Amino acid sequence: MDEARISRHGSRARLWLAGGWLLIALLAAIFAPLVAPQDPLAQDLMLERLPPFWLDGAEPGYWLGTDSLGRDLLSRLIFGARIAFIVAFAAALAACLVGSTLGLIAGYFGGWADRIISRIVDVWMAFPPVLFAILLVAVLGTGLSSVIIAIAVIDWTRFCRVIRAETMGQSRMDYVENARIAGYGRIGIMLREVLPNVVPSIVALLSLEMGIAVIVEAILSFVNLSISTDDPTWGGIIAEGRLSIHQAWWVLVFPLVTLILTVLSFSQFGEGLRARFDPVLR
Amino acid sequence: MAEPLFSVRGLKVALPDMTRKPLIGRAPLAEILKGLDFDLPKGSVTGIVGESGSGKSTLGRALVRLLEPSAGKVIFDGRDITHLAEAELRPLRRNLQMIFQDPMSSLNPRRTIASIIAAPLKQNGLGDNLKARVAEALQRVGLPQGFASRYRHELSGGQRQRVGIARALALSPKFVLADEIVSGLDVSTQAQILTLLEKLAAEMGLTVAFISHDLSVIRRLCRQVIVMREGAIVEASATDTLFEKPQQAYTRDLLAAIPLPEIDDAWLLPAAKAPA
Amino acid sequence: MNALAKPCLDIRSLSAVLPNGLRVLRSVSLAVEPGEVRALVGESGAGKTMIGKAVLGVLPSSVRIVEGDMLLEGEDLGKLQAKARRTLIGARTALIPQDPLTALNPSRRIGPQMTDRLVRILGWSGEKADARIRQLLDEVQIREPERVLKCYPHELSGGMRQRVLIAAAFAAEPRLIVADEPTTALDVTVQKQILRLIAQLQREHGTAILFVTHDLGVVAKISQKVSVLYAGKVVEEAETAALFAAPQHPYTRALMAATPRYTDPFASLKPVDEAVLAGLASEIAAADQAWRRPHG
Repeated sequence: MDEARISRHGSRARLWLAGGWLLIALLAAIFAPLVAPQDPLAQDLMLERLPPFWLDGAEPGYWLGTDSLGRDLLSRLIFGARIAFIVAFAAALAACLVGSTLGLIAGYFGGWADRIISRIVDVWMAFPPVLFAILLVAVLGTGLSSVIIAIAVIDWTRFCRVIRAETMGQSRMDYVENARIAGYGRIGIMLREVLPNVVPSIVALLSLEMGIAVIVEAILSFVNLSISTDDPTWGGIIAEGRLSIHQAWWVLVFPLVTLILTVLSFSQFGEGLRARFDPVLR
Repeated sequence: MAEPLFSVRGLKVALPDMTRKPLIGRAPLAEILKGLDFDLPKGSVTGIVGESGSGKSTLGRALVRLLEPSAGKVIFDGRDITHLAEAELRPLRRNLQMIFQDPMSSLNPRRTIASIIAAPLKQNGLGDNLKARVAEALQRVGLPQGFASRYRHELSGGQRQRVGIARALALSPKFVLADEIVSGLDVSTQAQILTLLEKLAAEMGLTVAFISHDLSVIRRLCRQVIVMREGAIVEASATDTLFEKPQQAYTRDLLAAIPLPEIDDAWLLPAAKAPA
Repeated sequence: MNALAKPCLDIRSLSAVLPNGLRVLRSVSLAVEPGEVRALVGESGAGKTMIGKAVLGVLPSSVRIVEGDMLLEGEDLGKLQAKARRTLIGARTALIPQDPLTALNPSRRIGPQMTDRLVRILGWSGEKADARIRQLLDEVQIREPERVLKCYPHELSGGMRQRVLIAAAFAAEPRLIVADEPTTALDVTVQKQILRLIAQLQREHGTAILFVTHDLGVVAKISQKVSVLYAGKVVEEAETAALFAAPQHPYTRALMAATPRYTDPFASLKPVDEAVLAGLASEIAAADQAWRRPHG
C-alpha cells in the first residue's frame, strides 16, 4: 500500500520534471524566431569559437558560445528543436497509427490475421534499424518527409508487437465475452471494450517513440542524411562539434545534453502519464 | 413439468487441445462434451454440477452460443440456434444472458458501472430512458444509486457480483446462465448473492442454468439438477430426488465428500480407527 | 493437555500494522499444543493467512509486527538473531501452501525440489534425503514414486501436486506445519482424500498443525481447537466440538448460519445480519482504542 503511494509520488515528480522540460523545448521550437537571440545561420568569422557566457572571452548575447563558423549555438539549438519536434510528432504518430492498428487486429482476431502480421513483423525486425533508415533515406532522397517516412516505416513494429500482446491479454478477459452476450459485434467489441484498455500502453509507447524518433533523426543528421545541411539540426550540430572537440567542447556537449534530456523526458513523460491516468494502476 | 425453454439433443463440443498442439500445424481437437440430451424447463432454476474437467462451463458457453457445438442440436425457445452465425444470434442475445464467475474480469476496468449496465440496453434497442433503466437495475440488486459513477476497482467482490447480476437482468432476458457466480466470494457474501438471485429469479420468472461445483448451494437454489462427469451426464433429476435418493455411485461420492459444518469423527477415517 | 508441557507454538498478544497505521493483527493470542490441529477460520481480510506467515517469518515487508511474542517450542523467535531464527523455523516448521502449482518451481523436476530442503537446510546426505522422500511418497499413497519424482509440476494433477507438497512438508519431521488453505483449489472428492491424508500423517507423526481455512466444514472435520478471526482479531476460541455445539460469539453464529448445508437447505445460507457486523465494528473500534492508549 505504501509502496504504491511512494511510486505514485515518484511518478508525479517524474511527470512534472519531464513535462516541464518538454514544454520549454516545445515553446522554444514554436517561437524560435522570437526567442532565439541571433540568426542561427549568420556566420561571423570574427566571432568564431566563442566560449559560453561564464568563461573568459565570452561575448554578451552569445550565451552558449559559437561554433567554428561563428554561428550562435543557442540559436542553432532552438531552431534545431523545431525539426526535432516535427520529426518526433509526425514520425511517432505515423508509426503508432500503423503499428497499433495492425497490433490490435492481430491480437484480437488471431488466426490468419495474426499469423500474417506477426510474420511480417518478424521479417521487419530482422533488419538492423539504423542501417535500414540510412538505406531508406538514401533511396527516398534527403529531406524532412523522407526522414519521417523512414522512421515510421522502421518503427511501427514496436507498436505492433506490444499492442498485439496487450490486446491478446485483454481479449481473454470475461468482459469481452460479456460484450458478446450484450449483443456487440466483433469490431464493436474491439473498439469499445479492448481499445480503451490498451490506450495507456499506446500513450506510453507513443511518448517513448517520440524520443526514439529524435535520436534517429539526430543519427541521420550526424551522417549527413537528414535534411539540407543549411538547416540546423541537433545531429548536425553534434557532427560539427565532434570535429572541433579540442578547440570548442561546448559545440559538442550542449547539443548532446539537450538531446539526452529530451529523449529521457519523452520516455519518462509517457511512463508518468500511464501511471497517473490508468484507473487500474491507480 | 413446464414446456422446455432449451431442448438439447446429442450435444457435442470439440475444442482444440493446446497441450497436444504440434510445433507446426493445428492443435488436435479434444471432445469436451460427448453427446448430451436434456431439457431446461421454462421458469425454473436448473443446477449443473460437476468437478473440474466435467465440461460444465463448456456446456454453459454452448447454451449461450459463445461456443459453436460440433454436433447435435440446441433448440432455444422453439428455434434451432446450434449453428447460427454471430450476426443471426445478435437479435437473440437479449434473451441469452450470462453472469460470470469472476466479476473482476467480467467488468471492463475503464467503464463506469452505469456504462457497463447500459451497454446491453443500448445494443438491444432500449437506449431511451437509459438513466432510469440503469437506476432501476441498480435498485433491483440492492446497490445505492451513487454506484452508477464508480469503477469496478472501487467495489467489493460482492458488490461487483451484484453489478454482474444487474447487467444480465437489465434486459429481462428469458434465459440467464450463472457460471460459478459465488465460488470466489466469502460465505457471508455468498449467502447474500444467492438469496438475491433466488428472489429475482422467482419475481421475474427467470429460467436459469446455475453452474456450480458446490452441491450444497445447488440444493437451496435449484429445482432440478444435472450431474456431469468427463463431458457426459451422470444423473439428472429433480433436486429432492437427487439429494434423498441418488441413483449413481458418483453422485453419492460427491455428496459424501462435502464437509458439512458439523462434528463427525468418522468422516476422515478410511477404516474403523479410533479418533486420536 | 498437560499444563506443564510447553506448547508447540505460543503466540502472545501479537499486533501488526501496515505503514498507514492500520492494524491488521489485533492482539492475537493462541497456542498450539504438540500434536494438535488448530484451525484458524475467517473470511478474506481476517488476517488468518497473515498469522501463518508471521509464524514462518515470511510476512510481506510492508507489514510490521509492533507488539507481542511468538514462541516456537519455548524459544522466543523475537529474541533470536535473523539467521538463528531462520534456521530454527526451517528445522521445526513446514508449510503446506494453498496453490500447489505456484509453490513448485515449474522448470525443475519434482525429485530434486523435494530433497533440496532436506539437504540444504537440514544438511542431510543425498541418499538419506532420497530414501526419506520415497518413504513419504509411499505414505501419501503415490503409487509410482519413480515416475512422479521425474515429472515436472505441470505433468501432475492438482491432487497429486498437493500430495507431493504434503510429503515434502512431513519429510523433515517438523514439529509444526502451517497449512494455508491447502484444499481450497481442489475438487471436493480430492479435497476429502487430501484432508484424510493430512489427518492420518498428522496423527502418525504427532505433528501440530496450524490449519488456515475459510470453510467451517473443513474446520469441523480436521481440527481439535479453533480460533475464529475477524479483521485480525480472535473473536472466539474454543474446542472444535464445543464451538459447533454452542457457538458463543454472534459472528460465529452468523458464519455458521451462512455456511451452506445440503442436508438443511433452508436453515443455511442465511445472509449475515447487519446488526452483527455493526456489533463487530464497535468491538474492533473499542479494542483499538484500548490498545492505542498505552501505545500513544
